[in-house]
Amino acid sequence: MNNILQLVWLIPLLPLVGFVINGLGRKSLSKNLSGIIGSAVVLASFVLSMLVFMQVKSGTTASLHYFNFLELSKFKVAFDFKIDQLSSLFLLIITGVGFLIHVYSTAYMHYEDGKDFAKYFAYLNLFVFSMLLLVMGGNYLIMFIGWEGVGLCSYLLIGYWFRNTDYTDAAKKAFVMNRIGDLGFLLALFWLIAKVGTLQFDEVFSSASLAKLSIKDITGITLLMFVGATGKSAQIPLYTWLPDAMAGPTPVSALIHAATMVTAGIYMIARSNALFSLAPLTQTVITVIGLATALLAASIAIKQNDIKKVLAYSTVSQLGFMFLALGTGNYVAAIFHVMTHAFFKALMFLGSGSVIHAMGGEQDIRKMGGLHKHMKITSITFFIGCLAISGIPGFSGFFSKDEILSGVFSHNVVLYSLALFAALLTAFYMFRLYIVTFTGSFRGTHDQEHHLHESPKAMTIPLIILAVLSIVGGYVGVPEALGGHHELALYLTPVVKSAEHHLTHGTEYTLMVVSTFLVLISILFSWLKFRNYKIEADAKGFGKILQNKWYVDDIYQLLIVRPLQNVAGFLNKIVESKIIDGAVNGLGKLINYGSRQMRWLQSGQVGAYVLLMVIGMLILFFIQLFL
Amino acid sequence: MGNYFTFPDLLIWLPLLAGFFCFFAKEEKSARLTAIVFSLLILGVSIATLFFTNDTKYLNYNNVNYIWLKYLGANYYIGLDSTGRMLTLLTATVFPLILIATSKTTIKNAASYFGLIMLTQAGLMGVFMALDALTFYFFWELALIPVYFLCSKWGGESRIQATFKFFVYTFAGSLLMLIGIIYVYLHTGTKGFEDGVIVNHSFSLVSFYNANLSATEQNWLFVLFFIAFAIKMPIFPFHTWQPDAYDQSPTSVTMILSGVMVKMGLFGLLRWLMPVFPSGVIHYKNIVIILSIIGVVYASCIAMMQDNIKKLIAYSSIAHIGLMCAAIFAMNQIAVQGALIQMFNHGINIVGMWIVVEIIERQTGVKKISQLSGLASTAPVLTIFLVIIAFANIALPLTNAFTGEFLMFSGLYNNNKWFAAIAGLGIILSAVYTLNMIQKVFFGSTNAVTAEVKDISLNEKIVLMIIVGIIFFIGVYPQPLIELTKDAVNNLLVRVK
Amino acid sequence: MDIKAYIVLSLTLFTIGIIGVLVRRNAIVIFMCVELMLNAVNLLLVAFSKMHAISNTAKLSPTFASDAQIFVFFIMVVAAAEVSVGLAIIVMMYRNVHTVDVNFLNRLKN
Repeated sequence: MNNILQLVWLIPLLPLVGFVINGLGRKSLSKNLSGIIGSAVVLASFVLSMLVFMQVKSGTTASLHYFNFLELSKFKVAFDFKIDQLSSLFLLIITGVGFLIHVYSTAYMHYEDGKDFAKYFAYLNLFVFSMLLLVMGGNYLIMFIGWEGVGLCSYLLIGYWFRNTDYTDAAKKAFVMNRIGDLGFLLALFWLIAKVGTLQFDEVFSSASLAKLSIKDITGITLLMFVGATGKSAQIPLYTWLPDAMAGPTPVSALIHAATMVTAGIYMIARSNALFSLAPLTQTVITVIGLATALLAASIAIKQNDIKKVLAYSTVSQLGFMFLALGTGNYVAAIFHVMTHAFFKALMFLGSGSVIHAMGGEQDIRKMGGLHKHMKITSITFFIGCLAISGIPGFSGFFSKDEILSGVFSHNVVLYSLALFAALLTAFYMFRLYIVTFTGSFRGTHDQEHHLHESPKAMTIPLIILAVLSIVGGYVGVPEALGGHHELALYLTPVVKSAEHHLTHGTEYTLMVVSTFLVLISILFSWLKFRNYKIEADAKGFGKILQNKWYVDDIYQLLIVRPLQNVAGFLNKIVESKIIDGAVNGLGKLINYGSRQMRWLQSGQVGAYVLLMVIGMLILFFIQLFL
Repeated sequence: MGNYFTFPDLLIWLPLLAGFFCFFAKEEKSARLTAIVFSLLILGVSIATLFFTNDTKYLNYNNVNYIWLKYLGANYYIGLDSTGRMLTLLTATVFPLILIATSKTTIKNAASYFGLIMLTQAGLMGVFMALDALTFYFFWELALIPVYFLCSKWGGESRIQATFKFFVYTFAGSLLMLIGIIYVYLHTGTKGFEDGVIVNHSFSLVSFYNANLSATEQNWLFVLFFIAFAIKMPIFPFHTWQPDAYDQSPTSVTMILSGVMVKMGLFGLLRWLMPVFPSGVIHYKNIVIILSIIGVVYASCIAMMQDNIKKLIAYSSIAHIGLMCAAIFAMNQIAVQGALIQMFNHGINIVGMWIVVEIIERQTGVKKISQLSGLASTAPVLTIFLVIIAFANIALPLTNAFTGEFLMFSGLYNNNKWFAAIAGLGIILSAVYTLNMIQKVFFGSTNAVTAEVKDISLNEKIVLMIIVGIIFFIGVYPQPLIELTKDAVNNLLVRVK
Repeated sequence: MDIKAYIVLSLTLFTIGIIGVLVRRNAIVIFMCVELMLNAVNLLLVAFSKMHAISNTAKLSPTFASDAQIFVFFIMVVAAAEVSVGLAIIVMMYRNVHTVDVNFLNRLKN
């Protein structure tokens, strides 16, 4: 086997096979077996991805053509895979983190029925398949197939406990919000087809086809693509589905709604960086939206009491950071942050899952506390995650976040300070979460306290691995200022242009020191405030607004959902039944009525008939003779 | 290539024959069996037509041509081109699926029921193959009349009213078309027969294409024909017969109506409207596209408000058909190609939807969404099938409808970006109403109505599996369907431009 | 004799017939009035035929003038047949409803 790239088709195919086996055999497979199959296929994909990564690292990239998906005389879409630096990196993240989460799930979902258990693994495998398709696709259409596929899996997994209407509502919301974004993405693709006539990445990004696009076209296309990204990656205004998506099982939240699917938007924009770099307006929009999302979500996270909701808003906020990086042209930083975020956010979600598992399904942090005593591994790994996301030097989050922030600083100081503020909020609420959950004394019921235990190995081992990754993951991107070479940037150079550095090392040091110092203060403040946490009364004033998530859901309800329902109701009740059908039925009724009136002419009196006949004849004579 | 001129004849005469056999069957079972066996035979013939093709030239079909009404210049003239092959294949595929899937439903007067169903098939086949305007009109009505009897005799409670409306509405449209046909006929050139007889005018498709019509005449005739086809499809605002008819017909008839019959209207556009009145098409195309797109959004909005599951599917079908109509009138290769393959896919998907609805209605006796709940607990296999078919219906990638919709939207976009953007709202709304339906009917906990529901039986499982198989096959590899209809697209565009 | 006199006579007879049909209710009288109208037309036909024959004798064959008169015989034959049927109907009507009043026969109404 001299070229592993010949086998890349196995990478997505294996999870698909797993999906088929688990899906069809869900009644006959034992729980152990379906768990093993589900995990093994992802592991196999991971191994292959690893080999592919090695191959790519040695300089081989490839576009692999399988068959023509659509072939018209003027327009063609091939079923192609593109294996290059960017996609191989994402392959590693997806299959690696995915595998850990599969393993974790075998323990976490242990209480489910055999049938549902297999169904769960089937869905997870299908998700991995779709996600792999998304990143491996050699053109926008294949990417879109994966794009919609992950949306579908997200829908299925959020609504996994389908008997609960709230959960299925959340699933529906996620799918519909994603579809709104998808429409934007689709329109961007149509625009591309209309102007360039192809969706193949290599052809679209070639200078010949870029020359065919006016600046207006590029701005339009990239803006529409960004609309797609806001849906999938939960940015303003389409972010509200992500916190609700926490209705799904926790490993799902970790895999889909933190580590992989939500980064699809980032991947797409990074992949299209040749287009986005030419559209300054779009970049400004992305910067503003990303920063606004980061701030908004961070502010909401401060007041949430559901452990998963806090993490969800934190995810939204971190995604905002990534978009901020994309908007400032700092693609490498965004991808870097995707990677580190995948590690530490998956870690924290799985940690929260471990907590929820121990608490017997309780998610409200007000009823937790002091869990460190009972579950040391979870607590320590979670703490590592908190340090990483807050950007404490030495942990992975520090490097990626610092890179984003310094990129923003070289752009605009105001944006920088706002972004830094968001980062401080992040540290604040993450440590609030940690302190309230793991330190102090237990506030739940006696039963729960009795039940507290560390999770089984299948759950703690993934936690430990992820914790290690959350620490070392950052060292692939050590900036030059700290004596590194930024391996990641070098690796990605063929696909993604690195941001040009305007900053001197001195400035970078200053920025690092300032941000680290402020983060530490923020953590300290958090510790002081929540050290002796008591269950608070409901917040008032500004706190109440935050607790209610800035009332965004209610505003959407009021401004979009309700009017739409009213319009639809009006169309249904008035226009359809009264006007259109009324016109049709009215015509029928008119004829009916007319006939009824005419009927009186048929009186049955012979004399009347004859009279009419005579009158008719006279009229005919009259017409004949005088007209 | 072999001698395949008999195929068009077989496709019409086999169902007719089956219909007559069914009429004389003594028991329900034998009538049903006759219908199923014959429909499978027809499917075999139809599949065979795919392999015996030789239509390099437009209008040089593999055809059958008998002299019918000589001195009118009307022949019994039928043949198969690529569009015809695709739609006869659809018809031939859908009928056995319907018959097998509904074989658990008991039917009174089964002999005449199945006889009428097979007659309908004969009529549909004839419509898709006719190459002579009078033959076309004949089959057009032949397909309608058995459906009238099927609905009015075996339908739901308010069937008489619904059927009456359906019949009168479509018949009024047909008469307008008849006026148009006669007018065009009077402007066709002479036609000579082999025995030396020359008649002044002719009903054949070619002479219609060469008819001597001024631009103003074409505009008027366009309207006459278009209304007939618009009612049949139906598109906004000629659609109001459809929800009632779908709701009240027996489900297998609804499947025929929505799976195949509405394609008659679209087919009429492609074969008899656009190539005959090219300048009328140019004149009216924007109006038609706008009407269709209004229909897409409008029908989707109304579908959101429906509590009756059958009406919901009916309105969703109106939305889909509207999109196809818009794409056909966008008149570029991508859009028309998309519409053509979507005609096939929509037929398959909607029949799948109706089969699921039929199973639910037969077991619970309820078709109100609000009264159903939690079917996923009692009938998981049914749920899986429905979810797949429903997602195919809203065009998720790797299902069959995606390719069609993608091409249609893309083509519409080439025509005018706002058309695509507004019609695109349909994508979102379709997700809303489909997911609402799935959530309310299948998810949640069971109630009194649904607690006793059993999962699906073997024959239903087989049929649904075939449908799902087609959905995925075309979804992953749509190229065969595109190859099949490629010529038709090019010929149409050459003709119109 | 001037053709006008025949026309006036025929018209008068015809009008009497119409008025009779319109105002009388007795089926037999109506029937007679119908016959009157028929014969008024017959008379006119014969008169026109004669007039025609006179003005065209030079050019045409002698049989020409008899055409219309043959028609008249046809009409008379048909009228006779009609009378027999009509009278039979009236007799049946009398047997069934014991009257020959036409207004009594409006059962088709409603």
